[in-house]
Amino acid sequence: MIRIVVCVKQVPDAKDVRLDPVTNTMAREGVQAIMNPYDRHAVEEGVRLAGELGGKVTVLSMGPPQAGETLREAVSCGADEAVLVSDRAFAGADTWATTHTLAQAIKTIGGADLVLCGKQAIDGDTAQVGPGLAERLGLPYVTCVKKMLSCDGQTIRLQRLMDDGYDTLEVRLPALFTVVKEINEPRLPSLKGKMKAKKLAIKTLTATDIDADPDQIGLKGSPTQVVRVFSPQPRGARTMFSGTVDEQVEQLAAELEKIL
Amino acid sequence: MDYFLSEEQEMIVDVARRITDEMIIPQRAHFDETEEYPREILNALAQADLYGLYIAEEYGGFGGGSFEMVLALEQVARGCTGMATAFAASALGAYPIIISGSEEMKQKYLPEIASGKRFAAFALTESGAGSDASGIQTTAVQDGDHWVLNGTKQWITNAGEAGIYTVIAITDRKRGARGATMFVVEDTDPGFSVGPKEKKMGIRCSSTREVILKDCRIPADRIIGRVGMGFIIVMKTLDVSRPGIAVLGVGLGQAALDEAARYAKQRVQFGKPIISFQAVSHMLADMAIQIEAARALVYAASRHVDAHRDQASKAASMCKVFATDVAMKVTVDAVQVLGGYGFMREYPVEKMMRDAKILQIYEGTNQIQRNVIGQELNKEYTK
Repeated sequence: MIRIVVCVKQVPDAKDVRLDPVTNTMAREGVQAIMNPYDRHAVEEGVRLAGELGGKVTVLSMGPPQAGETLREAVSCGADEAVLVSDRAFAGADTWATTHTLAQAIKTIGGADLVLCGKQAIDGDTAQVGPGLAERLGLPYVTCVKKMLSCDGQTIRLQRLMDDGYDTLEVRLPALFTVVKEINEPRLPSLKGKMKAKKLAIKTLTATDIDADPDQIGLKGSPTQVVRVFSPQPRGARTMFSGTVDEQVEQLAAELEKIL
Repeated sequence: MDYFLSEEQEMIVDVARRITDEMIIPQRAHFDETEEYPREILNALAQADLYGLYIAEEYGGFGGGSFEMVLALEQVARGCTGMATAFAASALGAYPIIISGSEEMKQKYLPEIASGKRFAAFALTESGAGSDASGIQTTAVQDGDHWVLNGTKQWITNAGEAGIYTVIAITDRKRGARGATMFVVEDTDPGFSVGPKEKKMGIRCSSTREVILKDCRIPADRIIGRVGMGFIIVMKTLDVSRPGIAVLGVGLGQAALDEAARYAKQRVQFGKPIISFQAVSHMLADMAIQIEAARALVYAASRHVDAHRDQASKAASMCKVFATDVAMKVTVDAVQVLGGYGFMREYPVEKMMRDAKILQIYEGTNQIQRNVIGQELNKEYTK
């Protein structure tokens, strides 16, 4: 039986992003919270693999109590169990502190044969938590996985998306993978999943429960310093040409003539 | 309006709404245009457990009734009546087994239908037997421990896509109303085939074909209920399924109103949004009134059908007539509100208007429904 842990993050809906004009930070209040879109693909892949090989999918998130809603969503889409690591001491964590917290949580719940993460979160966009977590757990990892070719429970053959194509790799488990959107089409919540999620008692772990190092969590454990946040200047006016290729070329030539 | 749904019923609406908003609405124009069968979307409905809503838990279903199915269908129809028709047709095909099938038959077929592994279809209509079911020409003749079916069923929804067909055939013409019998025919049975996909005005993605039975030989345990019960099973089936067609009118009507109201708010003429003109806002108000009245009647009727299976005909027919006539009127009005844009295929309301028409025709024309209601009234006032 394969034990799969999928890390998920609750993020503000990208359709509804606003910046606080004074502080230049992201306004999170009153903004719809969703599951990080990449993580939905990680959950789907975990559920699919567990279904094929026989196994259990645990979804894990670090966040405030509201992040439990994202965990319930993952369970309504097929995950078996949910764990929330939540503690005021975690507030202000950067990716360094987050990976320590998640690693401790995974150790606390008994480890995993396979850890799956989305490629990156759409709010911070760092793509550091997956690889960082693998380092903390001492696991081999592959980022940007676009296809799982086969898995026998011991090794996984997969494709990793590259700028100029893809690599085919074989990895021995336990391991950690981050996934891209091409990997699958995530299912929407099912009725039975929703009913299960509704009743589900989410296991909540505090900093003490996971035996976290107080110097490695939250703002205190975060070496990242945000020096300045700014909105980029809007680019200059752009003109879009439409029509057939010949027509577009004609329009472009006319524009260039004006400049020359 | 609040219809005081249970928590589970709210969940059904939620699950169906997300599939409608995230999968069906973005793809409906494509499937209307290409007339392809939306297998992937129907599979998503099945994966979300919606194909088993009205099937008992012991057969892998959710254990709901006509009303639970109505709630899911309303959402799907808000997205696409063609897809909703394909979804509803599997239930129509399954109801005869639920109503009159033997225990072994239920165990054999219902789990597959509930999971969506195989779709079902209902085969009643023939070229000479539409409103008048007694015109059926398809025959079934006993041959040892088998039955041999011959005949052609026409305009069968899900034909070619379904694996399980509930088929009515004449077993003894001399016995009149007791001369027909229902059978389960599988797509793998010898002598089973389907005709080409019909080209339709609306609900284009749903599959409508002939089912051709040529010396189709099936074992005797495929009889649904008993020999001679065919017409009774058909009537009972339609009583349970008609609220499901009625609610397609509610979902479709709601979709048309949503489009029309949104358009009327943003379309500016004579310096004002057209919703501020009484001529338009009164049209929208009438649409809203009729849709809400239809919804209330369909919900009430399907709850009545679930509670009183044996006295369901009048309620089922009333909601079918009312809600589908509303859908036709409301979709025509929605096109009017959108004006020239409404006539363009780039906007969704012309499809809605084309889709609405079939609702007044299939599963018993609205004229036949009025006959049913009239006959019931005649009985009631004889007492």
